[in-house]
Amino acid sequence: MSRESHLAEQILDLVGDRAEAEVVASTGNLALTRFANSFIHQNVAEDGEAVSLRVAVDGRVASAKTTVTGADTLAAFVDGALETASMQPVDEDWPGLAQPSRVPAVEHVDEATYDASPEARAAIVKDFVDAGRGTLAAGYCQTEGRSSVFANSAGQTASGRQTSAIIDGIHQTGTSAGTGHAASVAIGDLDGGTVGRLAFQRAIDSATPFDTKPGEHEVILAPDAVGTLAIFLAFYGFNGKMLEEGQSFVDLGTQQFDDRFQLWDDVTDPRALGIPFDSEGTPKRRLDLVADGITRSVAHNRKTAKKAGVEPNGNNVPGAEGWGPIPTNLFIGGGDRSVGDLIAGVERGIYVSTFNYCRILDPKTMVVTGLTRNGTFMIENGRITDAVTNMRFTQSFVDALGSGRILGLGDDARLADAEFGPGITFVPTMHLASWNFTGGAEG
Amino acid sequence: MFEYATAAVEGALAAGAAYADARVVVSKQESIDVQNQAVQSLDRTEQAGVGVRALIGSSWGFFATADLSRRAASAAGERAAAIARASAVVPGDPMQFADVDVIQETYETPYVEDPFTVPMSEKVDLLVGVTKTMQEVKGIAIATGSLTFFDTNKWFVSSQGHRIHQHLIESGGGFDATALGDRESQRRSYPQSFGQYETGGYEAIRTWDYAGNAGRIAEEAAALLTADEMEERETDLILEGSQLALQIHESVGHAIELDRILGWEAAFAGTSHLQLPKLGTFQFGSELMNVTADATLPGALGTFGYDDEGTRAQRVDIVKDGIWVGVLSGRDSAAIAGLPPGGMVRGDGYNRLPMVRMTNVGLLPGDSSLDEIVADTKDGVYMATNRSWSIDDKRLNFQFGTEIAWEVKNGKLGRMLKNPTYTGIGPVFWGSLDRLAGGDEWIHWGTPNCGKGQPMQVAHTGHSAAPGRFKDVRVGVRG
Repeated sequence: MSRESHLAEQILDLVGDRAEAEVVASTGNLALTRFANSFIHQNVAEDGEAVSLRVAVDGRVASAKTTVTGADTLAAFVDGALETASMQPVDEDWPGLAQPSRVPAVEHVDEATYDASPEARAAIVKDFVDAGRGTLAAGYCQTEGRSSVFANSAGQTASGRQTSAIIDGIHQTGTSAGTGHAASVAIGDLDGGTVGRLAFQRAIDSATPFDTKPGEHEVILAPDAVGTLAIFLAFYGFNGKMLEEGQSFVDLGTQQFDDRFQLWDDVTDPRALGIPFDSEGTPKRRLDLVADGITRSVAHNRKTAKKAGVEPNGNNVPGAEGWGPIPTNLFIGGGDRSVGDLIAGVERGIYVSTFNYCRILDPKTMVVTGLTRNGTFMIENGRITDAVTNMRFTQSFVDALGSGRILGLGDDARLADAEFGPGITFVPTMHLASWNFTGGAEG
Repeated sequence: MFEYATAAVEGALAAGAAYADARVVVSKQESIDVQNQAVQSLDRTEQAGVGVRALIGSSWGFFATADLSRRAASAAGERAAAIARASAVVPGDPMQFADVDVIQETYETPYVEDPFTVPMSEKVDLLVGVTKTMQEVKGIAIATGSLTFFDTNKWFVSSQGHRIHQHLIESGGGFDATALGDRESQRRSYPQSFGQYETGGYEAIRTWDYAGNAGRIAEEAAALLTADEMEERETDLILEGSQLALQIHESVGHAIELDRILGWEAAFAGTSHLQLPKLGTFQFGSELMNVTADATLPGALGTFGYDDEGTRAQRVDIVKDGIWVGVLSGRDSAAIAGLPPGGMVRGDGYNRLPMVRMTNVGLLPGDSSLDEIVADTKDGVYMATNRSWSIDDKRLNFQFGTEIAWEVKNGKLGRMLKNPTYTGIGPVFWGSLDRLAGGDEWIHWGTPNCGKGQPMQVAHTGHSAAPGRFKDVRVGVRG
């Protein structure tokens, strides 16, 4: 029996028949090799295990988490959670526990990544750094391996292992920076040199930027910029709690987007990262959020699903009591056009490598402000002609993807970085009819 | 617990570290969230472990484990050294490390009422009560309240002889009301967005009179649905204290972090528009701008006894009469810059590498008052309580949204305005500061959610501020 299975079993035994209970026990490691000014300056790793417990005593609910998992301390941990729950008012919306159901047989794991050494990460960093000439490189290479077990007192159990590996960084001239990013389940898939050369080229190409006039511009958004669109739509819109509260833009069954827009969540896709069940033990399955521009569904956990009168779809996340269920394996359907073709179709527009520091102004309208970063270019007559300085935008993400606004989709979909982190969006380059830039980043 | 930290340091030294330090951290957190009179979550988290930092050549190696045993701690020290050694594949110049006093002390947050012993029923009743009050206001769809308490014990040992125990207590919370319209939502929060957090006990909650403010907050949220939109223009801007505190955090606090200035955060958090050769001469703002980083302010959220390198908490001048004169630093970054270390290095829990973090970066008060400033404003806007914040990677270009604003005409507050925003460039904006309220309105606002670093770390920082006025600011930017 694995350590995490043993922990889960121990805790359910300690709860006994005193309450409904669900446990997530996990063990694993996280390691990150960080570089700046072209050398490794911070190099960290941790091993650990953690336990999350939620109990319901006659509908009175409390949760607790701990990293203190010795046999002598778990009894007090469990008793503390039960005591806390017993002091609560009854939660009238308590949906009960997940019943036994089959979890998809999907495992996104690479053993070499699970046990990746600091030397292996450093070698990838070296390739990234060496790809530049006369530039300063900064970024990180991260590997993570985690094993998780879910068990509840209704008999549902699930287990899963996952790994991920990321190289992300920039090359900087004195006046510019360019970015590169790659993520995979396997460290062996990461090519620091290729990612570094893209970052270097973007930095060199944007070394002499000019200020362009704010206003509406046609745009080509690279995957790491599109990833931010996807996660904002998911977090603030395709969220069962936000919808139930009336704070979401979502109108189910309505054509809210361009008919080229396809958005779904699917941890079972071989290209995804993660495990195929959520922290309530609900199996994850493909969830179509937008099909042909029509809004189809939203993410639910057990509580929001009960309120909406639908089945939960496995998207509970830690903290969901507050901000709601969030899909975290997002895909945007790609097209069949190369990035070069997309750019060739622009008479005058802006190419954006990444967005930075994006913040929602209003979830109902999905108006977001943020900036471009690490490679922003002018497109004229079908080719990139110059670099432009970073710009601030204030734009409704729903409006930007509205009917007739998607002019093209690239064939380059990949795991992208995004405002809320890497590894949660798999998206292509996107050509949009307009984007509202509201000012230059430096005045 | 000192024995585990000592074992970790000894393990790192035995494995070849030139310097090592370790922290055993044992912490607990209690969070209560209530929405529309129903408890949404009641969560207790405890965390314990040891993190050890080893310096070899140009890099820190860091390893953390939740296994609190001498054997595991010693092995963690060895792993930290091995990780640091692997960094030599991509080497830099050897890391320098500034000298500090070797300290063997204890420190405890002064507090009156241990928040963990206040009856749970009292805390829940408080939040249920304020959400009930807010729900009774017509138009309010969502009323939420939250309380969070932190109790942290840290035992720090260094290879230079430091031996420090600290016990920190932090308390905070707040509530908000959301009104929903056909295609908009409007929210008001109290005491500020994300709540108000302080070092101290439950007295930090009682001070703010939640019950006495719930009705007003809800009425303002409901009224915003029918308020006029703020028009886009340049005008005089008066900022309420908590919004000015966030303005300080984003456009001053992060810009003065020495690790950012040195490029160590370039790929993620970013760099800074400030350059060290201009320290002591750069005009950051008007003569009214006096900023300090003061980790000794009683009750402020960024207050402690010693930082996570064992450097004593201190007050450092950052901006004096508008001139940039100081930075936030640690022992490594200060040595490179040739400055004394500022005692501003902290890690988020046992399992994160300590790094430069804000302490209490605050704007010293002026000699006016909000009433006087409004009375002295012919045409402008008064904005309160943050709703959104965004700033570029050099900490120059910002755009903030606030929950609410009022027109100011001929020295009086006028129409309520919704969806207020303002934008600007840091030094230009600070240069336009021309009126500042005084000590009576100077509050140690707390920011409990400052993100930085990879893996991500969250720090608790303080920002003292009183209301102030800025001239000719672009407001009302919309998409």
